[in-house]
Amino acid sequence: MESILKLLEDNATLTPEQLAVMCGKETGDIKKLIESYEKEGVIVGYKTLIDWDKTKRECVSAFIEIKITPQRDRGFDHVAEKIYNYPEVQSLYLMSGGFDLCVLIEGKTMKEVAYFVAQKLATIDEVVSTATHFVLRKYKDKGVIYGPQEIDERGNCN
Amino acid sequence: MFDYSSVLSRTVVELKKSGIRKFFDLLDGRKDVVGLTVGQPDFVTPWHIREAGIQSLEKGKTYYTSNAGMPELRAEICNYLERRFSLRYKPDEAVVTVGGSEAIDLAIRAVIEPGDEVIIPTPSFVCYEPMVRLCGGVPVTVKTTVENRFKLTPNELRAAITPKTKMLVLPYPNNPTGAILTKEELEGLAEVLRGTNILILSDEIYAEMTYGRAHVSIAAIEDMWERTIITSGFSKSYAMTGWRMGYLVAPKPLAEQMLKIHQYAIMCAPTTSQFAAIEALKNGDEDIAMMVGEYDRRRRYIYRGFLDIGIDVFEPEGAFYIYPEVEKFGLSAEEFCQRLLDEYKCAIVPGTAFGEGGESFARVSYAYSIKHIEEALNRIESFVKTLK
Repeated sequence: MESILKLLEDNATLTPEQLAVMCGKETGDIKKLIESYEKEGVIVGYKTLIDWDKTKRECVSAFIEIKITPQRDRGFDHVAEKIYNYPEVQSLYLMSGGFDLCVLIEGKTMKEVAYFVAQKLATIDEVVSTATHFVLRKYKDKGVIYGPQEIDERGNCN
Repeated sequence: MFDYSSVLSRTVVELKKSGIRKFFDLLDGRKDVVGLTVGQPDFVTPWHIREAGIQSLEKGKTYYTSNAGMPELRAEICNYLERRFSLRYKPDEAVVTVGGSEAIDLAIRAVIEPGDEVIIPTPSFVCYEPMVRLCGGVPVTVKTTVENRFKLTPNELRAAITPKTKMLVLPYPNNPTGAILTKEELEGLAEVLRGTNILILSDEIYAEMTYGRAHVSIAAIEDMWERTIITSGFSKSYAMTGWRMGYLVAPKPLAEQMLKIHQYAIMCAPTTSQFAAIEALKNGDEDIAMMVGEYDRRRRYIYRGFLDIGIDVFEPEGAFYIYPEVEKFGLSAEEFCQRLLDEYKCAIVPGTAFGEGGESFARVSYAYSIKHIEEALNRIESFVKTLK
């Protein structure tokens, strides 16, 4: 039932009742399915996409490229764990190409983010170098375009 | 003071204003209304298709094309019809038109002479009858019924045929009812038509929007190809309403006559849109699958919604409309829709807008997000509770 996953990925607010009607299934079956996905860790969590720029909350984010020296036996995982445990770290990816880890950091100000990189990330023994790229504007995230609210301009003509 | 009535065509002056227009005029400029009225997709044309149109402009492709449409486009239309519906046409049997509506107009104008009768099942899209009248033809409407799930039956067809019958309009999948005709049902109609001289105008604009079973064209039924004009277009299936891209396919002796009208009246369909249409046909099958999957989920949702509210409705199998029956609330369709609009700020279209047989029904479009549909259903439910 990958279609349920796709529907939930696009819109996590759909209730099991709604999903059942939309897919022609029983509500009970959908609930069970979602539970099993949650148990197996296929569904990892539910979040809301928020355009913070439209609020008064101050917020900056940055992508940080990190080059590291992998440790014998433990590869990248140990360093990754050290990094992702910081609550400031929103996302962390192991990358192919010119650097090893890509970290997405969120903070209140650029200063706060810079401080985190200098004090927390750069000081990790295995970290060889970092390069910080501040996000200036978010155009699209998780398939959703961040822009002015769309209005229904369709004409009534047939 | 100029006396316009002395110059205007009487046929045109006597044409009724479309019932659907009357209702839509009530909505104009109202922002507080949650409507389920729009007869077009809520998707934007897929980007790769838009891009093909944009690129053609960037490259300066701003000329007229050949009258019938670009050869590449006509070839792709033929490929598409064969791929999706096992229909065999040659590029010179296709004419690219300004939307499906122009294709319908051409088909009727090329065939109908004063006095000719055209059988039109109702409820159906609003354009057939006036176009027949413009040619001096006589529309013979056949009221389909909810008992037959709004399908034209062989008996109804047989009863409507006279020696003057020249054409049968077959508007399936149907706007506004969501009815479709299966292969077996088409066979039944074909049996009535075999041996007659009656042409079929098969309006298949919603062909991609069928649920649970694939669309079958009457032209795929034995002996029907030679008497069928298929009209269709890109508006619904590829969410391309504003591009005004349609087409017709028909045996060459018919197609070449329709092309003459198109040539004088239109010259050629918009070139930018033709480039976009080529891209749609070449690489758009997945877009259709995505959109139709979404319509199907909304269809199930809204169908269940009406049943839960206690409104009688049959499960639509095609297009993106559902056609609930409002008779048991003691109001005519027009009163029901008017009061729903005035009292609960929710708009649906009275069935009467689509010809005879719509007096106790309303057309509801589900080309809207689930959230929007849910809000509209809530309002309908609140309204209906006051009527019980």
